[in-house]
Amino acid sequence: MNVPLIVFFALAAIAVLGAISLILQRHPIHSALSLIVVMVALAGLYLLMGAEFVAAAQIIVYGGAIMVLFVFVIMLLNAGAEERTSFSSLAKFAGLPLAIALMGCLAAAVAGSSERVQVAAQSGAPAPTKVLASQLFQEFVYPFELTSFLILVAIVGAMVLAQRDSKESHL
Amino acid sequence: MIPTNYYLILSAILFGLGVIAFIFRRNIITIFMSIELMLNAVNLAFVAFSQAWNHLSGQVFVLFVIVVAAAEAAVGLGIIILIQRNRQSLNVERVDLLKL
Repeated sequence: MNVPLIVFFALAAIAVLGAISLILQRHPIHSALSLIVVMVALAGLYLLMGAEFVAAAQIIVYGGAIMVLFVFVIMLLNAGAEERTSFSSLAKFAGLPLAIALMGCLAAAVAGSSERVQVAAQSGAPAPTKVLASQLFQEFVYPFELTSFLILVAIVGAMVLAQRDSKESHL
Repeated sequence: MIPTNYYLILSAILFGLGVIAFIFRRNIITIFMSIELMLNAVNLAFVAFSQAWNHLSGQVFVLFVIVVAAAEAAVGLGIIILIQRNRQSLNVERVDLLKL
């Protein structure tokens, strides 16, 4: 068993355990910390695949910015432990089997497609960030500009939603 | 060299766990975090395919997904703050205005 495979299984185990912990923890702040564990493990997997820039963006944007926003909101709202309410019968009886069936279908589909993927897996050197940048700013420059517009819309939307004005918005 | 299948199966498992969390949790913040978990699972599949086909478009898509997730987090958390302010509760069972 070679070293990258061991690293992969260690990181995968950390990610899956973190995701299970996200489900089982009853306090939202514990779920948020579990999610940070998952994201750091995924960043490690990206490094293993030679995607250095994506790994850095994962740590900085997901692990840093987005999760700090989550933790900030949890603390701002003083969110306590989740109160236990009766599940709707649909979620109780159909939810878990359907979710596990979805998981199984996805895993079976990708396991069945192994030959096609393996044919293409003549991976050379890890992709340098320079090539990624040239592709992002040449081939995908219009979607890139559109994302800046998306962020502008998100900023305006968040400000409109969070402002405390006299006209009460009834959500 | 790790087979691409391993990454894809891990991605499927993480996505399924995200779906389970989305269905079974009652706290709206945790539900929102499970959406982020599903986005992360999809990102893992993107990078795995990018590596498998030796083509960088997958990693560019991952960057776009990260941008969309950041925008979604900003707007979604704004909505959560508004719900807490109007309902004094983070339980999704209490947000039942459209329920018969």
